[in-house]
Amino acid sequence: MLRNALLVALREVRRNLLRSFLTILGIVIGVWAVITMVTLGRGATRAVSAQIATLGSNLLLMRPGQRFGPGSANAPNFKLADAAAIRDQIGGLSAVAPAANRVVTAVYAARNWSTVVTGTSNAYFDATGWNLVRGRRFAEGELRAGKAVCIIGETVRSKLFGSESPVGSRIRLKQFSCTVIGLLRAKGQGAMGMDQDDVVVMPLRAVQRRLTGSVDVNTLFVSVGARADIDRVKQQIAALMRTRRHIADKEEDDFRILDTRQIAETMTSTIRIMTLLLGAVAAVSLLVGGIGIMNIMLVSVTERTREIGIRLAVGALGREVLLQFVIEAVVLSALGGAIGIVLATLGSIALASAMHVPYVFDARICALAFFFAAGIGVIFGYFPARRAARLDPIEALRHE
Amino acid sequence: MSSDAPQPLVALRGVTKTYGEGASALSALRGIDLDIAPGEFVAIMGPSGSGKSTAMNILGCLDTPTSGEHLFQGVHVERLSRTQRALLRRHYLGFVFQGYNLLARTSALENVELPLIYRRWPRTRRRAAALEALAAVGLVDWRAHRPSELSGGQQQRVAIARAIVTDPELLLADEPTGNLDSQRSHEIMALLAGLNRERGVTLVMVTHEAEMARYASRSVRFRDGLVEHDDAASHGGEQAA
Repeated sequence: MLRNALLVALREVRRNLLRSFLTILGIVIGVWAVITMVTLGRGATRAVSAQIATLGSNLLLMRPGQRFGPGSANAPNFKLADAAAIRDQIGGLSAVAPAANRVVTAVYAARNWSTVVTGTSNAYFDATGWNLVRGRRFAEGELRAGKAVCIIGETVRSKLFGSESPVGSRIRLKQFSCTVIGLLRAKGQGAMGMDQDDVVVMPLRAVQRRLTGSVDVNTLFVSVGARADIDRVKQQIAALMRTRRHIADKEEDDFRILDTRQIAETMTSTIRIMTLLLGAVAAVSLLVGGIGIMNIMLVSVTERTREIGIRLAVGALGREVLLQFVIEAVVLSALGGAIGIVLATLGSIALASAMHVPYVFDARICALAFFFAAGIGVIFGYFPARRAARLDPIEALRHE
Repeated sequence: MSSDAPQPLVALRGVTKTYGEGASALSALRGIDLDIAPGEFVAIMGPSGSGKSTAMNILGCLDTPTSGEHLFQGVHVERLSRTQRALLRRHYLGFVFQGYNLLARTSALENVELPLIYRRWPRTRRRAAALEALAAVGLVDWRAHRPSELSGGQQQRVAIARAIVTDPELLLADEPTGNLDSQRSHEIMALLAGLNRERGVTLVMVTHEAEMARYASRSVRFRDGLVEHDDAASHGGEQAA
């Protein structure tokens, strides 16, 4: 019985191929949109989490000024002594690294590449989770003397050296040359889409003396120990810095402490809300698709009134006719769901690679979308099917 | 009336049927008494509007009387629910219509199988029975053809095959030759009469052609919602040989 209803349903779909296709288009688009949105949202969340993890966990980033990035010009930079004070006076820290940076064009042989040169100490590598693939960190003497040595990121290596080995070579930065002593392991793209590997790291004193011409630093990296309470450490650092920067009680901080974990949470929750919102919009198109199915099922019931009459005359029960038409609606919507899933999978893979987020296949969302689509078939197919089941066989047989 | 058949297959007792209500009410049947014994071939005749189609719908359990009794093998059909009447049609009745009423774009064989699907017969048994029924109407070679590829006479024969595939207790034919030319009409009538004679199928046929009614063993004439003439009243119910 069920099998026959299914066969009849498939035959009807095939018989009106174009119409069936147009009918299910709404469901196809709805399922496609829901799955694509959710998949890309998941991918973006994962990408952000992964990128923030490469920044180093439990990392506090201190910048002068209230806003992150440019616009902090009127707030004074940090002093080197600030870094020392934090290191000495706050408990539970694993590394404190002061840093100063400057955009500089690096030149090697005939190639040049504009990059960010960061002057800092070895603690920077620990705080931000950088590892070396080749070479070594700075020696104590190099740091103290501010020697012209540098450790470069993967992007800088590939732009300047191509297939050559960089360690031991000398690159020119502005007016001085600098020996490459190490190569950083690639981290990939950053949370904001910037290339994290586009860096040159030098001893802080070298950058201060040769590039910024100042003894101040514009960033402090503070890595908090695994067992310490990050929020309390943040408060302690803020209190210490307020004292050191002579901020009156009523004034606001003129510096900012960013917490990577917090950034990650904010970004992922933003993405989650966006995903939910877009998914909801997409779900509306599923509903519209359902109405399309209802419409065509009503047409189908009218067109096939005589068929229904014949079936009733030979002994079909009302509920058997109902079942047949519901199954037809479900076959249509499930077909739409299946096509939508295939298109969404292909589309998500393409879009994910275009947007540089990982493609995360989620069987659950596919199953959910599919059963939601099939459910829409049941709901929107029920009304037309009930109309078919309640037809008077005599009237139906007389129908032209 | 049913002296030689104590248990008629079908009986209508004082059946009336009124459509609509109040002043616009239309009485299609105004008190019909009719007994049909197993094995009979009854032709119901009468001008249009005489109530013969209404009576046919009631006999076919497609409709219920407004008042009176409709007994099928002693069961009060007028007391049954819509579902119960559908089951009665499924298990005991066969229909042949004037307009054939085959499923379009469906092969002859599948059309004949249709009633068996609702009887939930397994596929192979269904196939075999449908082929046998098609053989009985001489259309085995046309089993894969769709109604649109068959002539009117062939379509009606497929419809007859569909009606007899279930071995019904009662076969109802509503103007089975109404859409056919005279030669095809006689072929169809010979087929129906043969089924009645050889298989003992009880047949009730509505027709307005006296020529076709001659194939029946008994004729009943309707006029204005009443039985005007019944052969059985004059010389008793006839039995097939």
